[in-house]
Amino acid sequence: MPAELFELTVAEAIEKIETGDLSSGEYFDAYREAAAGDELNAYLWTAEDGGDGDGELRGVPIAVKDIFCTDGIPTTAGSRILEGYEPPYDSTAVRKLRDAGARVLGKTNMDEFAMGSSNENSAYGPVRNPWDLDRVPGGSSGGSAAAVAAGLAPWAIGTDTGGSIRQPAALCGIVGLKPTYGSVSRYGMVAFASSLDQCGPLTRDVTDAALLFRHLVGRDACDSTSLEPQGEVELPRRTDLRGLRFGVPAELSSEAEGVEPGVSQVFEQTLRRIEELGGTVEQTKLPHAAHGISAYYVLAPAEASSNLARFDGVRYGLRAGNGDLLTMYEETRAQGFGDEVKRRIMLGTFALSAGYYDAYYGRAQRVRTKIADDFRAAFESFDFLVTPTSPSVAFRLGARTDDPLAMYMSDYCTVPMSLAGVPAISIPAGLSDGLPVGFQIAGPPFSESAMLDAAHALERSIGFELAPTGIDVDD
Amino acid sequence: MTEFEPVIGLEIHVQLKTRTKMFCGCALSFGEQPNTRTCPVCLGHPGTLPVLNAEAVHFGLMIGLALGCEIGPRSIFHRKNYFYPDLPKGYQISQYDLPLAEHGELAIPGGPTVRITRAHMEEDAAKLVHLGESGRIHGAGESIVDFNRGGTPLVEIVTEPDLRSPADAREFLQLLRTTLKQIGVSDVNMEEGSLRCDANVSVREPGESGLRTKTELKNMNSFRFVERGINAEIERQSQLWRSGEGVSQETLHFDPTSGSLTSLRSKEEVHDYRYFPEPDLVPVVPTPAMIERARDALPELPAARMERFASAYELPPDTAAVLVTWFELGSFYEEALTAGDNGGPTPRVLAGWVTGELVARLREEGLDDPRASKVSPGAMSELVAMVERKALSQSAAKAVLAELTRSGGEPQAIVEQKGLAPIADSGELESIVQRVIEADPGAVEQIRAGKDRAVGAIIGAVMKETKGRADGSEVTRIVREKLGL
Repeated sequence: MPAELFELTVAEAIEKIETGDLSSGEYFDAYREAAAGDELNAYLWTAEDGGDGDGELRGVPIAVKDIFCTDGIPTTAGSRILEGYEPPYDSTAVRKLRDAGARVLGKTNMDEFAMGSSNENSAYGPVRNPWDLDRVPGGSSGGSAAAVAAGLAPWAIGTDTGGSIRQPAALCGIVGLKPTYGSVSRYGMVAFASSLDQCGPLTRDVTDAALLFRHLVGRDACDSTSLEPQGEVELPRRTDLRGLRFGVPAELSSEAEGVEPGVSQVFEQTLRRIEELGGTVEQTKLPHAAHGISAYYVLAPAEASSNLARFDGVRYGLRAGNGDLLTMYEETRAQGFGDEVKRRIMLGTFALSAGYYDAYYGRAQRVRTKIADDFRAAFESFDFLVTPTSPSVAFRLGARTDDPLAMYMSDYCTVPMSLAGVPAISIPAGLSDGLPVGFQIAGPPFSESAMLDAAHALERSIGFELAPTGIDVDD
Repeated sequence: MTEFEPVIGLEIHVQLKTRTKMFCGCALSFGEQPNTRTCPVCLGHPGTLPVLNAEAVHFGLMIGLALGCEIGPRSIFHRKNYFYPDLPKGYQISQYDLPLAEHGELAIPGGPTVRITRAHMEEDAAKLVHLGESGRIHGAGESIVDFNRGGTPLVEIVTEPDLRSPADAREFLQLLRTTLKQIGVSDVNMEEGSLRCDANVSVREPGESGLRTKTELKNMNSFRFVERGINAEIERQSQLWRSGEGVSQETLHFDPTSGSLTSLRSKEEVHDYRYFPEPDLVPVVPTPAMIERARDALPELPAARMERFASAYELPPDTAAVLVTWFELGSFYEEALTAGDNGGPTPRVLAGWVTGELVARLREEGLDDPRASKVSPGAMSELVAMVERKALSQSAAKAVLAELTRSGGEPQAIVEQKGLAPIADSGELESIVQRVIEADPGAVEQIRAGKDRAVGAIIGAVMKETKGRADGSEVTRIVREKLGL
């Protein structure tokens, strides 16, 4: 199999398939073999054959985070409690992609129920970062990000609740887009925090992200919170940033606590690059953004504590205990859930308890509203807000597992956009100590096309080379 | 001994008869094979999301308007979290602090007006079947779940504690049932569970203004059980106050066979449902057009019917109340009225027969709907008209009605077939009377001795002899005349 095949972006591969320079079957098989030989633990399931794929996406393979229900294909959400579970239906995202002619290549590893920032919370073992096998790929969509970065998939879908697409994309050196809340159907995504969860692409470049997003977007009758898209998703063309105003929120940028110097350096370089491309860069404020993590870790666990109640041993998945009802509940959930999931269920249950609701859930909701207001105000003066995606580059496996708060801070720069429901994209902007650094661009609701366009111009100028050093890609 | 005053409020769950379930496309179930009316959504599979049934909202609005409620400009759904095998998601989607409708009232004809606190939408749980002798989850060998019912749309109606007697509670419930049936949103069958009633009960001394500790009664699945259950609870609470022990807050289960109340859970065991706004649904904001459509769909409601019956037919309040509260009976009555086109019965007389004799016959047959009996509105009309024009005696008419309810047919034909035509010839009647008097000299002697009561025996014997065909007042007149009284 020619190694050049793996160099192609999906848009390029589709073009070659259309001109007859590449066969759809050959392209799929190459990735099927690569995925089958996965040494990163990026996949939890890989396809034997992809079935038929016809339509605009020409039968290209796609890796799907194991949080998306796939009809008759195991779906675990990274949890022991769903081991062996085969959903009786396809999630809307997967169905739309199949309808457009994509073929499911495999289901990717993830933090259990998308709770984590390192993929170490998977019940099926951690995923390794292709840039350095001793480091985490980020999370929770770590399997999707690592697979795309390592050439085990041409592209992938993941989900982002507080940064779960953008942060692993940043740590693996690829592009990750979290769309506006409501723009992609959540139907068939195993729910973590319903008011925050959003499906989006993880791709090699911005053009692929736009192409994939185009096929995901749209109102779905099965998801009451989904919204009609505002116009067609345009493939990006822009090569400069003239006339665009970029705001740098002090609270989330280089000045923020915990941002590594190497990350700051790449971020500052990128700001200068924006100016070189004709954009303006100005400092601004998101006064409440610093409280994002605190609010998020009340709201998301609260919703999760309820969303995860259905895993009770009655209808599907793991059933443990001795036949007595209470024992069945207790044993099933004790054995089926990992530590982080249990921690968040307990946090969330407490936050919603009578007598504490106002002090925790109520207050966190008010903070969320304030943060959304901050963004709205900022977007009156700026087209986009930019921040580092992650305060740090990929950290070592095990480095933060004993310190949940340190782990939670991984999402410091991505959580505010999730709370505000606005779209944001992470693109690779450079390296720090040989590891990728992500640059985050956030825009007003439904500004994806413009945002992708700007990201494209910047990407073109940066010229980031996706050449993970931890694996031998030509092998 | 202190007589306590009961204070009663009701919580009524109504299953809506929409085409599909509250949050998915499954058809509602009417006794199908277990677990055949299910889908990933109502089975609570991972990743599924609820989508609100527009017809359920329409029915909910109709109920709200029928109960004189204000429609909430923006109502939202909450999650009520608790674990139970009949609850597939681990939470029930219900409305909480912003219900679809609130602040209504329903006036019992000739009785109190009961304020409606709220009417809100929610989903029904699945059905648990406990195998084993206890029939309850505790002590069951095994329990199995039928998810057909899970997700059926419900409207919960909550009243203020405005009821002061078990009889009023029963009457209110009957009126509410009539109203719901009339607007066509539910089958409202208590035995089948499409109408379910819980009662909040407390007692206090007359004149006392505050409310004492209440208990909640569950599982009263007939009108009779509601009355009996509340009665039993009032008795229990009264005794607890008299003995100085006092009442503690708890939920009680009424056992209709023994008439006893057993505690389901005490205050300490009250669930913390951890309500929070359902993030998978958007707020319900009824538009003026939606409200208008719901209002247009409402038929004549009991209060309006009561007024119309009273004024148009000049019915006494008690009679009108029976016809209004028992919806099918009222409709039957009106059909019978219009059936008698040429010289039909007087509305007031017909109403007396329908609410008296016909109701008695229906009760005997155990029928809720006169249309389920053999008697047609036309036959009923004709029967009463015959009585009015003295073509049939009262007692013969009763016999004919009994025959009509049993086997159907036309009154005239039955009269002829059974020879029940009245003895119109007064000469014939006089000779029968003469014969009866002569046959019972003992009675005549008693009467002459001043025992007026014995006249009754003579009259009775005449009626028996004429098989009820004679007019009672005419018989009395002739008997008294012959005896010189």
